Amino acid sequence: MDYLGKYKSAVAARSTCSEVLAGSQDGGIVTSMFIYALEEGIIDGAIVAGQGEKPWQPKPIVATSVEELLSSRGTRYNVCPNMSVLKESVRKYGLDKVGIVGTPCQIQALRKAQLYPVGLRDVCDKIALAMGIFCMENFSYQSMTQIVQDHCNVDLHSLKKTDIGKGKYWAYTNRGAVSQIPLKLTHKYEQPGCHVCLDYVANLADISTGSVGSPDGWSTVFIRNNNGENIWNKAVAAGIFETKPIESVKPGLELVTKLATEKITKNQKELEHRATFGVGKGLRNPYI
Amino acid sequence: MANKITVGHVHMSGCTGCLVSLADNYEGLFTILDNYADLVYCLTLADARHIPKMDVALVEGSVCLQDECSVEEIKETRERAAVVVALGGCAAYGNITRFCRGGQWNQPQHEGFVPIGDVIDVDVYIPGCAPCPQQIRNVCVMAYLLLKGTPEQQALAKAYLAPLMALASEGSKATSSEACGCDIMTKVINQGLCMGCGTCAASCPVFAITMEEGKPNINRDMCIKCGACYAACPRAFFSFDVVNQYENILGIIDGAMNPGGN
Repeated sequence: MDYLGKYKSAVAARSTCSEVLAGSQDGGIVTSMFIYALEEGIIDGAIVAGQGEKPWQPKPIVATSVEELLSSRGTRYNVCPNMSVLKESVRKYGLDKVGIVGTPCQIQALRKAQLYPVGLRDVCDKIALAMGIFCMENFSYQSMTQIVQDHCNVDLHSLKKTDIGKGKYWAYTNRGAVSQIPLKLTHKYEQPGCHVCLDYVANLADISTGSVGSPDGWSTVFIRNNNGENIWNKAVAAGIFETKPIESVKPGLELVTKLATEKITKNQKELEHRATFGVGKGLRNPYI
Repeated sequence: MANKITVGHVHMSGCTGCLVSLADNYEGLFTILDNYADLVYCLTLADARHIPKMDVALVEGSVCLQDECSVEEIKETRERAAVVVALGGCAAYGNITRFCRGGQWNQPQHEGFVPIGDVIDVDVYIPGCAPCPQQIRNVCVMAYLLLKGTPEQQALAKAYLAPLMALASEGSKATSSEACGCDIMTKVINQGLCMGCGTCAASCPVFAITMEEGKPNINRDMCIKCGACYAACPRAFFSFDVVNQYENILGIIDGAMNPGGN
C-alpha cells in the first residue's frame, strides 16, 4: 500500500502573509495559494468552506474575491460538501478555471467525477487547481457541537479555534481560555463513512497539505504532479511562501507516514469486518 | 477506415436528449466519426432504415411494451450488436418514463415503459439525464480502445468500463435497483458509507438533492430516476486502479480527441 501517494517533492512551508496567518489553521497554505492563483489568473475562483447559517457550520462557497478567501480560513472540523457546488461553479458562476479544496475523499470524488462526469456537463476539464488537506476523520455538525459544548464545555459562540493534535482535541475561546480533551473521547462521534477511507494525505490532489510533520505554525506540503509543481514553484518564486526542507524539520515525514499507515490499516480492517458483519451477510464494499 | 469500429444509435422511447448530448461534443463528434467510429445506424443522422450488424449500439430511451416495433428493434439490437450500451437514464433505469401511465396522445394505450435491461442483456450503462457529452465521449474512446487498441490500452479500457458494466449487470436484474435518490439512501447512507462530499447533489440534473447538515437530502417528488447521483457517488463504486491513473486516462482521452496533436 502506498500510504503517502505519488508526489514529486515534500516541504515544510508557511505563508508569508501575516493577514492570512492571523486566521489560518497552520501555515495558511490553502488560503495563500488560492489568493495567489486568483490574482495571477491561474483560477477564476475557488470552492472553499465559507460560513454557514449556524456558528462554526461551514458552507461550500464559490469564492471569487480575496475577501471571501480570507474569511474562509481555518479548519472547522465538520463536514463541508465542497463537491456539491462544483457544477454551479462552472454553470452559474461561469468559472473556466476552478480551484477546489477538499479532504482526501472529496479529492477522490473530484477525480472520479473527471473520469466519469455522469451529470457534470462541461465541468471536468475546468479543474485548474485541486488542493487536498490531510484528514484522519471528520465529524457531522451535531457531533462537533457535542464535542465542543458537552465535552470541552465551550459555547460555540465563544469558540475561536478548534484543533486536533498531540493526541488531543483542543478548543480555544475568544477570551483566551483553552479546553482540551483526549482525542479518544471524540472517536465515537466520528462520521461512519470516514471509517472506510483509505487515504490520509489526499493522494490525488495537485498539492496536499496539513499540519502533521511540521512544527507549529507550519504545514507539510506534498507537491504531487506537474500542474501542482508548476503553480507551487511560481508561488514560491513570488515570495508567497517560505519553505524549509522537510528533512530539516521535526517530526517530519516519519510521523506523516506513521499516521497514514495507522489510518489506512485500521480502515482496511474495518472493511474486512464489514464483509463479515452479519451472519453470512456483509455490508457493501465500495472499492472495486 | 478499416480500423474504425461501427456504432449505431438506437432510438427507443426517449427525448433525443442523449443524442443531442453526444452531438454536443461539437468538433469532438467529428473527431470520433473521422477516426474511431462509423455511424452505421441513427435515424436522426444516418440514412439507414434497418438495424445492421455493429460493434456498439448506443440505445437511448426505454422500451414501450405495447409498441411492437420497439420490442422487435431492441431484440434485434441485442442480436446484431456486440456491445449494447444503455445511453442515458431512460434506457438504463426508465428515468422519467417510469412515471408514464398511458393516456397520452397520440398513442394513449402506450403505458408500460421499462428499461432495456428488462428485455435484453445490457453490457454498459451510462446513467444520467442526459449523460454529459464528456461522459459519452469517454465511453466512445474507451470502447474504441477496447476493440482496436494495443493490449495495454485494452486493459485500461476494460478497467475504465468495468464499473459501468457492473452497473449494467446489476441494473439488468429487474427491480434490483431503484436508480434514484433512493440508491444514495439504501446503498450508501444506510450502509454507513456516506462521507458528505456532495457529488450526488452536483450531479443531479433536476436539483432534487440538497446537502443538509453535511448529508444529501433527497426530494423524492422531484427525482426523475436517472441514476446520475448513484453513478457519480465515490462510495457507490471507486476503483483505485482506474482513478489513481486519472492523469494518464485523461491524457489518453485528450490525445485521442486531438489526433493532430494540437
